[in-house]
Amino acid sequence: MSFWEFVISHWDEVVDQTAQHLKLTMISMMIASLVGILIGVLITRIEKVASITLGFVGVIQTIPSLALLGFLLPIVGIGTTPAIIALFLYALLPIVRNTYTGIKGIEPSIKEASAGMGMTQRQLLRYVELPLAFPVILAGIRTSAVINVGVATLCALIAAGGLGEFIFRGISLNNTQMILAGAIPASILAILLDGTLGLIQRFYRSKALWLTFFSLTLILFGLNIFSKADKESKLVAGFNSEFIERADGYMGLHSMYNLPFEIKEMEIALMYRALYNGDVDVIDGFSTDGRIKEFNLKSLIDDKGYFPPYYAVPLLNINTLNKYPELSQCFQILAGQMSDSLMAALNFEIDGNKRSLNAVANEYLRSINIFANKNAGSSDVPDLVIGSKAFTENFLLAHIFAQLIENKTKLKTKLQIGFGGTKLVFDALRFGEIDIYPEYTGTAYLVLLNKQPGDIENFNDPQSLLSIVSEDLANLHDIEVMPPLGFNNTFALMMRQEHSDSLKISTISELSDYLRRD
Amino acid sequence: MIEPDSGDIEIGEKSNQLIEKHILRRNIGYVIQDVGLLPHLTIEQNISLVNRIDRKVLTHEKLNELIELTGLSTDLLEKYPSQLSGGQQQRVGIARALANDPNLILMDEPFSALDNITRNELQDDFLNIPLLKEKTIVMVTHDVQEAFKLGDRIALLDQGEIQHFGTPAEFLTNPANDFVSSFLSKDRLILFLQNQKIGNKTAAEFLKDDTIETDEKRNRLAEILSNYQP
Repeated sequence: MSFWEFVISHWDEVVDQTAQHLKLTMISMMIASLVGILIGVLITRIEKVASITLGFVGVIQTIPSLALLGFLLPIVGIGTTPAIIALFLYALLPIVRNTYTGIKGIEPSIKEASAGMGMTQRQLLRYVELPLAFPVILAGIRTSAVINVGVATLCALIAAGGLGEFIFRGISLNNTQMILAGAIPASILAILLDGTLGLIQRFYRSKALWLTFFSLTLILFGLNIFSKADKESKLVAGFNSEFIERADGYMGLHSMYNLPFEIKEMEIALMYRALYNGDVDVIDGFSTDGRIKEFNLKSLIDDKGYFPPYYAVPLLNINTLNKYPELSQCFQILAGQMSDSLMAALNFEIDGNKRSLNAVANEYLRSINIFANKNAGSSDVPDLVIGSKAFTENFLLAHIFAQLIENKTKLKTKLQIGFGGTKLVFDALRFGEIDIYPEYTGTAYLVLLNKQPGDIENFNDPQSLLSIVSEDLANLHDIEVMPPLGFNNTFALMMRQEHSDSLKISTISELSDYLRRD
Repeated sequence: MIEPDSGDIEIGEKSNQLIEKHILRRNIGYVIQDVGLLPHLTIEQNISLVNRIDRKVLTHEKLNELIELTGLSTDLLEKYPSQLSGGQQQRVGIARALANDPNLILMDEPFSALDNITRNELQDDFLNIPLLKEKTIVMVTHDVQEAFKLGDRIALLDQGEIQHFGTPAEFLTNPANDFVSSFLSKDRLILFLQNQKIGNKTAAEFLKDDTIETDEKRNRLAEILSNYQP
């Protein structure tokens, strides 16, 4: 599919995300402009705090944007509010600094004459300082706006929407067209915003220009509120980027069960807390996740058997296995050792009890009488590189693999964990950038092999699914599937226990009925 | 701007310490060396600014009167300060100082940044603005000739002290101390000539006038110089 075909087929979404993106940027920029100018003016009056204040807003700017978003999560939750707060904080520095330097840079003779005329402090600000510093202040706002459009893409990770949705979905699915469908409108938005502010900077004395600018802004907001109003759903779903687009994700689920949700896109790691906090009502969780227990969540029964089995299997590059045949024996040790409840308990140790990955991995291995080195997986000259996708269970499995291999063989390993999506980590394995990573049979079938559920007879039978996956991966991609670890980490729609009880929903069909009832 | 270390100044029998600063300043015209016109306002807006901040309106008649008085033309009103020459800018500065009709005008070296020709022009015009004759004007200058040309009374300052306060004539004929006489020694003859009247002209003008015959000039000069004490 070409880029244009993609944009045309996803046109509604492109428009929607662009509008959301613009809304995030505009609201945060307006607040930042007001507050920033106010602070900038104040520190010209109280010289003592000027350097401290400028230093402080400078420090905010140096916090990595994702870290700032993460930091705001426990305080203000997910969605538009934390996104706007973060964007506002980022926009502050250039505006405050330019207001300050703009006012400080006014010629002393002008200020002297104005004071000599008998202007009060307020009149001095209104008639002299602000108008003269205006071009400099506006230059600051322009800088902020351009940065802001870029940072706003990250807000997709905390369910605030915007063009980041396409970008992160595109990254996790390794879909270039989708990434571009987010990136190109974002760039255009930045250029347009910069251009508009540039026009204001050049012609700011013209009243007509201001009128046009304000009426355009109003129209945009009006349209935005209007378009939001007709998209009501009884329940809000929080899905991660990959689930929305992948074959066994929302699309297929929707066509099988009919689930008209309002969807918020967010990071896997945030979904559970968002559900717990009531920011969303339904998420696509993993059945072995530790937080199901921690947050008292209920997994809905997949009564039509939509989700395939997802048995965890280590995938190995065939070249690696030929080079180090002893690995095959190594993974035999783990075969069938881990049950669903064990995996959930291990995940809970990390997510719930906040223990470190290598300690939990080490403790598990000790329970099956393997006394491994806790710090395995950090070699600078590794024989093997172990990868993983970016969520708790896979981080933990990667650590277990590393400790096991270093204990049972003489090989040195290195962990490279946290790939943004299935396609990315799989490509890394195919091209030999990593040697091993944990995968799930259902995902391998639907995403890696691109097969449909109807392609085989016994889609829901773990054994037949495993054999076809093993066969095809070896034949088509030179990838060897190791014996399953034992647990089935299936996708599941989850709700808060008391919420599902009060609505009397325990299966996905009942959820669908509830959503479609008037 | 600058607070006095001690003492106070009475304006119209009222101490300046008792009046709120910005109110006080609105009723004092203020002209400075760098002019200090606001670059983002037109000439018209600049002139009427004092009235605006004092919540008054500068009428069109008054504006036109000021323009005429200060030797500007009305087509400058829509222009911005950067489009004017230095001399024109200072004329606007003077118009601005007069706009709120203050009784007192402070001038801090208003003409010293200008070239000689423009400065002379402005000084001459300044002397001939009737409105200014009704005002009390305090002007600071480093230019001795300017002080003698424009001042009714002159205070000579040195080391923060007033060395002599008096009319130009008193300075020349009866200097208060050695500092004053040595200060003036270089310029004394020319100042003397500028301050002696021959008919309705100063002696300096009289000497430059080509229509007067050389003999007559010589006789009159001798007459005046008999009063001169080097």
